[in-house]
Amino acid sequence: MSIALALAEAGRKPAGKRPYFLDAEVERVLAITMAAVQELAVARERIDTLERLLEAKGIVARSEVEGFVPTAQQAAERGLWTQEYLARVLRIVQQEGEAIAAADKGDLYSEEVAVELTADAHG
Amino acid sequence: MDGSGETPIVAATVEFDGMPDSRVLGRHGVYPHTTHDDVARINFLANLNRHLALNVAPFVKTAWDKRAEPAARAKAGRPVKDRHEVRKALLDDPMFTTWSALRRLTMEQRQQAGRWIAVREAETLAAKAAVLTKTDPRLSLDPDLKIPRYVSAVDHHCMPGSYHTELFPGDVSAGANYDVGGFITTGGLLGRWSDGGGRAIVEWVKRERPDWQPKRILDIGATLGQNVLPIAAAFPDAEVIALDVGAPMLRYGLARAKSLGIDNVSFVQADASSLPQFEDGSFDWVQTTMFLHELSLSSMTAIFAESHRLLKPGGVVLHVEQPQYTPDMPLYEQAMRDWDAFYNNEPFWSTLHEIDLDARFVEAGFDREKLIHDKVSADARDIFPAAADDTVEDFGRKAAWRLVGAER
Repeated sequence: MSIALALAEAGRKPAGKRPYFLDAEVERVLAITMAAVQELAVARERIDTLERLLEAKGIVARSEVEGFVPTAQQAAERGLWTQEYLARVLRIVQQEGEAIAAADKGDLYSEEVAVELTADAHG
Repeated sequence: MDGSGETPIVAATVEFDGMPDSRVLGRHGVYPHTTHDDVARINFLANLNRHLALNVAPFVKTAWDKRAEPAARAKAGRPVKDRHEVRKALLDDPMFTTWSALRRLTMEQRQQAGRWIAVREAETLAAKAAVLTKTDPRLSLDPDLKIPRYVSAVDHHCMPGSYHTELFPGDVSAGANYDVGGFITTGGLLGRWSDGGGRAIVEWVKRERPDWQPKRILDIGATLGQNVLPIAAAFPDAEVIALDVGAPMLRYGLARAKSLGIDNVSFVQADASSLPQFEDGSFDWVQTTMFLHELSLSSMTAIFAESHRLLKPGGVVLHVEQPQYTPDMPLYEQAMRDWDAFYNNEPFWSTLHEIDLDARFVEAGFDREKLIHDKVSADARDIFPAAADDTVEDFGRKAAWRLVGAER
């Protein structure tokens, strides 16, 4: 119950209109980015804790992490993940690139097609 | 375990002048449970705040000197004449707007991070606080209290629901959020128990009034009581009353005080602009700490008058505040200090710091010859030894304040 309350309440707007210092679109993206930056620091601190605990328990030395060299197979698997990751993150750039050529082939908005299809229905 | 068995306060061996890990903060009986991620978020936000103050704000000064001030002067055909002109000119400068956007979102993220902890733990905390406070006569709440307009109109420092909003009966989450977030906005400069302001005033009183034994002390705008506990501890025979308009703060405050072994503080919900429940001349000491800037002109006038009425002859009122905008303070510094007034929901901040406080004391009945002016600062060496060497001006976040007051 408190988790549901926290989800709804934690990010609630304070009373008082919010000032914007940059273009609203830019400031919105900056705020989203800084939240992501924050969560990276949170994840980084957790990994750091894990490494230190593993070392303290004699399971993995931090120097082993630093000196780790992947095998060719491991490097390929990681490389593939990195490619997939970048493709996900930069999907909109890929689609905007494809849109340049698609426009030449008569790519339309769904709204435009709707008009066309409605005309067909009465024609 | 941390891999060493040492406490995190033990000095590091690497060269490091930054702030401590927030795990050095004291954990009292109603401090909320925090996860590893919660703590990491507090650490990150505290560092982000400090980075903006130390590494970005100085560029705003460069931008002002090199381009914003010359541009404003060229446009008006004269130098800027007040802090408002400085601020308006800065709003056209990309360094100021970038710094401002980052500073604003840092405060919003701080509130979200604190509320994520406090609201998630709200029911557990309310239960703990209820056990500690329910039948205790030292908690006196007034459900019919009218929340003053200066509290309800905008939520101070972007704190959703301010000091008074309850999510359910008995809620203390506003208090818990205020408690866990103090470290972020002050960068660890208030010490292990966030009580740097209170410890600073005790040090001043012990030095300046060494034989004084106040018997009855009123702390107005006490929130969690974090700054009044050092006073109560320094004068254990005194009866201390901590006043606030926010019930969640007061419930949390009494529970916190009891768990810390401080037993001579009562927590009372009231609006200090009218305190008919207390008799004339019934206090030796009236204290506020970083409180005046959150008022309104009319409420401040009323509180000054009430302070005068409540004090015994020889009693003292002391306010710990940010410095006034005196003519010798550069307009740029005034404008930067004014940031919180306009962009961090502290609407009275700007006016408070420009008015003649001495005249207000005299108006309230105090003798001009008996006014008090001094400086006090927090000692955070218990958790942040390097802070003492930190000389960069942070325009309002630094734990160094002015003391203004009067003897009755």
